[in-house]
Amino acid sequence: MGYDLQMKVWRGDATGGELVDYTVPVEEGEVVLDALHRIQATQSGDLAVRWNCKAGKCGSCSTEINGKPRLACMTRLSTFEDGETVTVTPLRAFPVIRDLVTDVSYNYKVAETIPAFAPEPRPADGAYRMQQVDVERGQEFRKCIECFLCQTVCHVIRDHEENKPQFSGPRFFLRYAELEMHPLDTNDRRQLAREQAGIGLCNITKCCTEVCPEGIHITDNAIIPMKERVVDRSFDPVTWLGRKIFRRDQLEEAQVPQSRAE
Amino acid sequence: MAAPTGIKSPTRARIAARTLRTDRWWLYPTFTALVLLAFVAYATYRAFVGEHYFAEPYLTPFYSPCVTTECVEGSSHLGTWVGDWWPLSPAVLILVIPLSLRLTCYYYRKAYYRSFWMSPPACAVAEPHRRYTGETRFPLILQNIHRYALYLALAYNVLLTYDAVMAFKSPEGEWGHMGLGTLILVVNAVLLGLYSLSCHSCRHIIGGRLRSFSKHPVRYRAWGMVSVLNGRHAQLAWASLVWVAFTDFYIWMVASGTWSDPRFF
Repeated sequence: MGYDLQMKVWRGDATGGELVDYTVPVEEGEVVLDALHRIQATQSGDLAVRWNCKAGKCGSCSTEINGKPRLACMTRLSTFEDGETVTVTPLRAFPVIRDLVTDVSYNYKVAETIPAFAPEPRPADGAYRMQQVDVERGQEFRKCIECFLCQTVCHVIRDHEENKPQFSGPRFFLRYAELEMHPLDTNDRRQLAREQAGIGLCNITKCCTEVCPEGIHITDNAIIPMKERVVDRSFDPVTWLGRKIFRRDQLEEAQVPQSRAE
Repeated sequence: MAAPTGIKSPTRARIAARTLRTDRWWLYPTFTALVLLAFVAYATYRAFVGEHYFAEPYLTPFYSPCVTTECVEGSSHLGTWVGDWWPLSPAVLILVIPLSLRLTCYYYRKAYYRSFWMSPPACAVAEPHRRYTGETRFPLILQNIHRYALYLALAYNVLLTYDAVMAFKSPEGEWGHMGLGTLILVVNAVLLGLYSLSCHSCRHIIGGRLRSFSKHPVRYRAWGMVSVLNGRHAQLAWASLVWVAFTDFYIWMVASGTWSDPRFF
């Protein structure tokens, strides 16, 4: 059964903009992206909105809906109260390009700084082998669709633009954790996680986990384990002493990568 | 005047509101702040009052172990080796341990950063601070000692378990007693034990720090068990906090004669 949905959609660009009111006829079972497409088709043909798969798998239609970072294609209209106005804005942590489209290139620049997977030399038969338990551990991290909702909600960069150069953000702590927990990887990324990715800036308020559309336990399974590994590397006097006694520090220093580019 | 930052940065969508959230996002930080403040006020009063903390065979967890000569007779299971030089209540010596665990706990950090420091008050709600350095500088860099607070707390839990076992002795010193206070002390020891074991640092030390689970099957299994507890860490944090205060309150009431302890056998 159809009804009229009251919407406010942010229209504008870097020079300015405003929330524009729309009344959109919608059908039962539709999602916010359907309503945005109907605005495009019937009322404002020039409304800019980024989308692709419409199935919650491409991470393109990230917006902020009633103030919460969400995928427009996965936000059902039935989740709103009768008569509730649905407000849609672009991601507020990134530069706006136009309407609901933002420039998320910050994330791609961060990705370039993370040293790539560096496996140990192949064994004599040429086949790498991993046990199932080790494969499963990283599987959760590979569910990431790079929607960057965790990045936009992270107050470290959302509320402090000046932190962007020294902070990678939750999505990339996932990447650090995935590689650091990989049994075949030879790099020690703990020092980079502290000095380059700025994991110390994270105060684990768990917003990244709350908004993740894939349900990845970003804080508990990636960020906190990485923080604990940084403690092993930099703050724990007992592990520091162990490294000195067993001369592991020399081995580790040799394996600290600089960045992907180098 | 400094250039606008955060959601007011010049390249971002110009939206005046600090947040466009329409739900009651302020509920969690407000409730958290009220409960924590109430606990701190109660614990401070009880720690400094220095009386009604022992009702044979029950010793309140706030004063366990009681190790100064000021302790009332029968309450010093580990002796009074600290002597009489300590000028404050004996509880102050002890409460530093659970306090350091909770202050540096990953769950409580989320709770008090949101509730007291508003950094941020809630997800997608702009924080009021102009600068932010997270846990990179003193004093917050000290959060990295959390695992040492855990080690101390685990030892403290052994003592609380001992107290719970001793609560099966009657006031006359005979085994085979159980009163409501015994049950309360047992639940207290279990909750505090589970809270400590579910800690993120414990999970890391048990097995999380390994690169390969398959090479360490026993630690992997232990890590799996701690991970199950870790998924309930927040609930255990609250339950153990409320219960420890209730345990103290119950023993306070028994010790002061306000009510008597119902005896099961």
